Amino acid sequence: MNHSLLTISDITKKLKNKEISVIEIVKSYLQKIEKLNKTINAYITVCNIDAEKYSRVLQEKLNSGEKLPVLFGIPMALNDNIVTRNTLTTCASKMLGNFIPPYNSTVNERLHDSGAILLGKLNMDEFAMGNSNESSYFGAVKNPWDFDRVPGGASGGAAAAVASGLACFALGSDTGGDIRHPSSFCGVVGLKPTYGLVSRYGLVACASSMDQIGPITRNVEDCAVVLNAITGYDPKDSTSAVIKYPDYTAFLGEDIGGLKIGIPKEYLDKGDNGEVNQRVFDACKIFKSLGAEIVEVSLPTTQYAIPAYYIISSAEISSNLARYDGIKYGYRAKDCQDIEDLYQQSRAQGFGSDVKRRILTGTYALSSERYEEYYKKALKVRRLIFEDYENAFNHVDVIISPTTPDTAFKMGEKFNEPKVCSNYEYTVSVSLAGLCAMSVPIGKDSEGLPIGMQLIGKRYGEGTLIKVANKFEEACNFVKTEFIDL
Amino acid sequence: MKYEVVVGLEVHAELDTRTKIYCNCTTKFGAEPNTQCCPVCLGLPGAIPVLNKKVVEYAVKTGLATNCSITMLSKQDRKNYFYPDLPKAYQISQDDLPICTDGYLDIEVEGKTKRVGIHRIHIEEDAGKLIHSESNNDTLIDFNRAGVPLIEIVTAPDMHSSQEVKAFFEKLKTILEYTEVSDCKMQEGSLRADINLSVKPEGAKTLGTRTEMKNLNSTRAIVRAVEHESKRQIEQLEQGLLITQETRRWDDAKCESYPLRSKKEAHDYRFFAEPNLCSIIIDDAWLKRIRASIPELPDDKKVRFIKQYDLPEYDAAYITSSKPLADYFENAAKISKNPKAISNWIMGDVLNKLKDGGIQITGIPISAQRLTKLVDLIDSNIISSRIAKQVFEIMWDTNDEPDEIVEKYGLQVLSDSDTIKRIVNEVISENPKAVDDIKSGKKRSIGFLVGQVMRKTDGKADPRIVNQLLSEATQ
Ligand SMILES: [Zn+2]
Repeated sequence: MNHSLLTISDITKKLKNKEISVIEIVKSYLQKIEKLNKTINAYITVCNIDAEKYSRVLQEKLNSGEKLPVLFGIPMALNDNIVTRNTLTTCASKMLGNFIPPYNSTVNERLHDSGAILLGKLNMDEFAMGNSNESSYFGAVKNPWDFDRVPGGASGGAAAAVASGLACFALGSDTGGDIRHPSSFCGVVGLKPTYGLVSRYGLVACASSMDQIGPITRNVEDCAVVLNAITGYDPKDSTSAVIKYPDYTAFLGEDIGGLKIGIPKEYLDKGDNGEVNQRVFDACKIFKSLGAEIVEVSLPTTQYAIPAYYIISSAEISSNLARYDGIKYGYRAKDCQDIEDLYQQSRAQGFGSDVKRRILTGTYALSSERYEEYYKKALKVRRLIFEDYENAFNHVDVIISPTTPDTAFKMGEKFNEPKVCSNYEYTVSVSLAGLCAMSVPIGKDSEGLPIGMQLIGKRYGEGTLIKVANKFEEACNFVKTEFIDL
Repeated sequence: MKYEVVVGLEVHAELDTRTKIYCNCTTKFGAEPNTQCCPVCLGLPGAIPVLNKKVVEYAVKTGLATNCSITMLSKQDRKNYFYPDLPKAYQISQDDLPICTDGYLDIEVEGKTKRVGIHRIHIEEDAGKLIHSESNNDTLIDFNRAGVPLIEIVTAPDMHSSQEVKAFFEKLKTILEYTEVSDCKMQEGSLRADINLSVKPEGAKTLGTRTEMKNLNSTRAIVRAVEHESKRQIEQLEQGLLITQETRRWDDAKCESYPLRSKKEAHDYRFFAEPNLCSIIIDDAWLKRIRASIPELPDDKKVRFIKQYDLPEYDAAYITSSKPLADYFENAAKISKNPKAISNWIMGDVLNKLKDGGIQITGIPISAQRLTKLVDLIDSNIISSRIAKQVFEIMWDTNDEPDEIVEKYGLQVLSDSDTIKRIVNEVISENPKAVDDIKSGKKRSIGFLVGQVMRKTDGKADPRIVNQLLSEATQ
């Protein structure tokens, strides 16, 4: 029996009613991965043995009638930049192609304790840099809706796996849109939490001031359930939020009457893709019918978001990736003359071209001659963007936009495009401001490709996002029913 | 031409915290290589730092003890460079907002007080240690030291001789020990100094080109390096040569320095704020608590000792130059009727014994209380000062109480006038020449007779009685 398109609550119900066993569920997922991963390439590593072993342990707990944790028996997968003890964590790079961490990320520990079963590690753009998943050392991931198209990035494997039933849910990482973008391209729900909401301990850094781990799920309810499991203060992460963490499932089904939803005029003026914008306007109509008020807001500085993002993220990347030198772990070039040569050869051979481009850019932006002109200026822009959002959120509860200006593009189409972040124009400003945002499927374009809507919330406003998205989802049931079963 | 030497120091002190600056690994010295590390201090992918609050506290303590302003809102920055002992390829340090700024220390050189400015004190993490294998050509890395907390203390270029540098460095060391911020074990690398030195014609306004000598780890090496480098630079200038701005390595065994790298190859450290750490916020309450935790500092203690215990300036300065020594003195002095005598004992016999035995004051076998008892025995005329030295020796070796020793060996002063008189008479009759000398005005010969009496009494006769009886008998 195929369980691969069930949601978390479906599986939980079936487990409690003894309709299925944990062992069966895991087996069916592993079988599907076996069958489909060759084509989609969503997984870099599949943890067959560990997953089956843990499923037997959990089944025994189920039989003994113990109280079950929230994600009990749920098969899931993690982006391959989330550290898993004793399991290969490659960041989709040759550089870490052999890296088996001796420790665990906080999120993996929390998921394990919540009863979730790790099926494997997901493909992504190398070191989470890119928006097409074509930069992975382990080969490109295919969009399950059209194998000629990209799944988006950088967490493309995660979105593709959830969309095609290769995992019940996944955790991706988002630096400038890397959860929302592929979620939009693959037609799934993806949340980039507020900076600090989810522990980054054990997330291999891309740009540390923006990186966040977040859930990719089939519906909004699952998103809330997973968020409950992975949030909470972590003393191992200095930037972990010291707040009262709510029960996110409590926001499900809440009324949105009177809620103010802002539309940034700067975004909709653009109109690159009529179809995408049209769907966002349609969504606004639905929100109105649900009692929400649509208000125009202005985010004037966001036009500078992409260059600012590119400079800041590259600067941090250049520093974060400097540790990969071939000395202590990871790829080491052979036949080197001396230590300098070893550094140079290992890095030259171990990193892909996108990563190198970012390291060079970041090193340049931080150099003493260019610091003021680039890095410092970018920080000022970041501050202004933050203020733009603060001003806007004085008037509205949520801001709405397309997630991406277009639907999934063809493989090879943009790989060498110099405007690396062009597809991120709606997502990066949120990352710079450290806010939360969710991509929610709002239908398909004329070619049958998913379209995503981005809901942007205040800091720690995940509950509001869940409430709004959940109401929307209820109102248009196509989101729930339209999944591909390959 | 006369030249003026200009020296500034950058002193790195390892903080005496129990755990490292960004993780829970222990900072203990001397363990097997790579046994005191974790994902954080090894810089493994995905591991991120959490600041040890003690480090901030210790830095602030040092700042307050060196008259610095405290930065209430500071941040930590990454200093980026490649080196095999640096696991993340950046060191977390502080760039533009150090925790302490603009302080000073007053030093005494040749009887004059001089003020040396302190630019800044910032916190940072130590790197690992490279070990060059003797058996083959391998270089090994020990990361036990990686992440051990350091403060870097940067002085103004206010010192002009090796004596001034020595005085400053020792003063700073004393303060770090007093505040218990660092154990200052130089042989373990807990305290290291970089010397920035230039020379210029005397009276010239602009500074000369400076060189930097890194990682000097003894006071002697610092003094010798300053002297040697001053001489080298002056010789260069005398020969009409220019000084190259460069980093030099000091080889203390050979008493020579070699160029390491010139400024041309200098690093661009690409400092930027460490995104994994939040700002360091010090509020008034915390600052107050830290201020309250600072003990009496050496300068204040010295003044108090002079006043309270009537010590000579030199003795007070010496005793307060080490906190354990000052504590030892004060433990004895406060229960003694004669603190001055305690100080004399410490400055003399105690320090000599410690030096001979290569013992630290903290390992002294005679407790402060017993030293006080010994002084009491002298003052109450139970033993003579000469006998006291014998008692002291026995105390050092046996751990016995001084009065027990006196009792056991029968070392009490002989003050029975009749017995002494008999011996005095004996000595007088045995030394007619000396007696004649005295009578003819050579008063000094009386000392010879006293010595004879003392010999016959094993040094135990009360010298006042001996003197009195002898002068009566030789009148
Ligand atoms: Zn550690």
